[in-house]
Amino acid sequence: MPNPVAEIESTMPDRESASPAPRGEWFSHPPRHDEPANLPDWYLERRKECWHRFLETPEPVRTDEHWRFATLGNAKFEQLDTATAFPETEEIIAKTHRWGLKETAARFVFAGNRLVESEGAADLPQGVICLPIMEALAAHGDLVREHFMQEEARLGGAKFAALHGAATLSGIFVHVPRGVVIEKPIEVAHWAAGDQTAIFPHTLVVTEANASVTVLDWFRSATPEDRTLAVANVDIAAEDGSRAQYVAFQNWNDRSKHFHLNGTRVGRDARATSCFVNVGSAWSRNESVSRLTAPGADSRMLSSNLADGNQEFDQRTLQLHEAGHTTSDLLYKNALYDRSRTIFSGLIQVCPGAHHTDAYQKCRNLLGSDEAEANSMPGLEIDADQVKCSHGSTSGQISDEEIFYLRARGIAPRKARQMISQGFLNEAVEHLDGEELKAAIEQRFEERFAVLA
Amino acid sequence: MNASLSINDLHVSVDGTEIIKGLTLEIPKGEVHAIMGPNGSGKSTLAKVLAGHEDYEVTGGSVTMDGQDVLGMEIDERSRAGLFLAFQYPHEIPGVSNANFLRAALQARLPKGEEIDAVAFYKEMYARMDELEMDRKFTGRSVNEGFSGGEKKRNEILQMMMLEPSFAILDETDSGLDIDALRIVAQGVNSMRSPARGFLVITHYQRLLDYIVPDHVHVMFDGRIVRSGDKSLALELEEKGYDWVKEELAA
Ligand SMILES: Nc1ncnc2c1ncn2[C@@H]1O[C@H](COP(=O)(O)OP(=O)(O)O)[C@@H](O)[C@H]1O
Ligand SMILES: [Mg+2]
Repeated sequence: MPNPVAEIESTMPDRESASPAPRGEWFSHPPRHDEPANLPDWYLERRKECWHRFLETPEPVRTDEHWRFATLGNAKFEQLDTATAFPETEEIIAKTHRWGLKETAARFVFAGNRLVESEGAADLPQGVICLPIMEALAAHGDLVREHFMQEEARLGGAKFAALHGAATLSGIFVHVPRGVVIEKPIEVAHWAAGDQTAIFPHTLVVTEANASVTVLDWFRSATPEDRTLAVANVDIAAEDGSRAQYVAFQNWNDRSKHFHLNGTRVGRDARATSCFVNVGSAWSRNESVSRLTAPGADSRMLSSNLADGNQEFDQRTLQLHEAGHTTSDLLYKNALYDRSRTIFSGLIQVCPGAHHTDAYQKCRNLLGSDEAEANSMPGLEIDADQVKCSHGSTSGQISDEEIFYLRARGIAPRKARQMISQGFLNEAVEHLDGEELKAAIEQRFEERFAVLA
Repeated sequence: MNASLSINDLHVSVDGTEIIKGLTLEIPKGEVHAIMGPNGSGKSTLAKVLAGHEDYEVTGGSVTMDGQDVLGMEIDERSRAGLFLAFQYPHEIPGVSNANFLRAALQARLPKGEEIDAVAFYKEMYARMDELEMDRKFTGRSVNEGFSGGEKKRNEILQMMMLEPSFAILDETDSGLDIDALRIVAQGVNSMRSPARGFLVITHYQRLLDYIVPDHVHVMFDGRIVRSGDKSLALELEEKGYDWVKEELAA
């Protein structure tokens, strides 16, 4: 539903308050696109606030512990624009079909900030809301309000969070009512194109009591050369006894950048699973917070990353046990080649009184080159009793004996290394539920390894 | 060109210590040869050196397979040329499923651009697994990860059956097997016996040779073959123990 230009202008903050823009400002005005006319007032207000907060929040600095080891230059931007025109949407829809899952409950394809295809959402069980975020804001404003951007960006990404809040246009809102189980995944493809443009994919998943759903976001570039920025946010609210599973597969071209914020809230006896896969982009940063808010809550945090060339993947996590008798289990895996860098900084925080907590955290790095650099900073803060916690990180190379075993079966050395590295990455993905989902991710790894120099 | 695996005056060192000290052995296709010997006599070293393990340095001698020089080949080349080693201690490969592993091994034998027929592959694999009484769940599990000793050995034989080598070296395939598993594994090996295939069965115990009956038995000691004979040699050895060989040598 395109909007008249005048309408859009009217939703912008007035120039007085927005300026003067500091030098090197990322955007000269809030990114806008066509959007529904009937957005709720609270949202328009929020958006304005976010924009001001974005302008006021300084860029990341070295002294901020959340940016230790990061290459700060990656988190600076100049004169970006919102993606508008988009090439060949038919082609990307066809590619999504080829590339994506065979069996989905619903599928959405976004070309930049615009929805270009949606399928299956109308056939979901009664009471399920599964809509593009802008439509959801217009049609279910009060419900979205309860959950929209409610989680604090605690891990250094406040500026990005504010920008996202001011600018999101694409992505979906999924609300699964009490007791409803959606077996097949909901699949969303985000395509980007347009040099020096940005998109702001939003994913908001709410599972009410005993409901269940899986949402998968794919991120892909429509061209090999356009430098795009994605500032994405996924929030998950898994209410009592429910299951929410989320997977992000990031495969932007090697000139693009990705910032992904995640706030997960897990309720009584509920389980939330997040899995961040990074294979593309020049730079990707994930900030993922899981809050365990009631007994029986279980959070699984997974990640598999394949870095080569000069890629930098920066991941910051927080397992926040606010209640006792809760469990969190984190497994992040990086396979590094060439001069790539990874940073993992993870904190387990067990709040006062959160007794009988189990919290695990593992970061494993497989170094495929002497020049690659894996940084790990695990952390623990425990303020309760009867707590089982473990954390650790390891870095190693592929063992000669493993290679020998594969080669002794006729597999060439390059392929042998590839299989072992891929197996290493599969180990995190294997914890997901859904055979086709896992197979699809492993297939994408295989394609990515096939082009690895 | 002779259709055999032929080892001639082989000398092998590791870290400057000689372990194989002039070993000569010829295994014609169609025959099963057994090597017995006490722990530390160099049996596994021989097996691994034949497979091309890079820790070992060949300081002398030659190995040919159907007249083709083996020592000049890469590890993976040897396998594709038809040499197979069933490991004494098979390695675990986390995250790589058994099925994918086997498939990659078979794919490696096809000409470039040719793809394995997935349906035929699974059919074949399941048939072999049934013969070895292996549960289907092993197709999806990571190679050898969390397998019991016996399961690992069966898995080695499964690989041998799928890859159909010209020469198979089985390094202590019997160790870690209970009597039922031993019988199943031996049946698998026996089903592979053919005029087109030679076997070198390495074992510490005579027991295996009740199930896989060898044409020739060799005794290895301190890096050399010190005695050769027919299957009765294995029985004699079992009866008198390895000390008998040592004493004879000392005399
Ligand atoms: N990689 C190695 N490095 C050092 N010594 C080795 C290595 N492999 C084997 N050896 C030594 O070589 C000898 C023969 O070992 P091995 O071939 O395993 O004997 P077997 O299989 O007959 O028990 C032993 O003394 C062993 O310690
Ligand atoms: Mg041995």
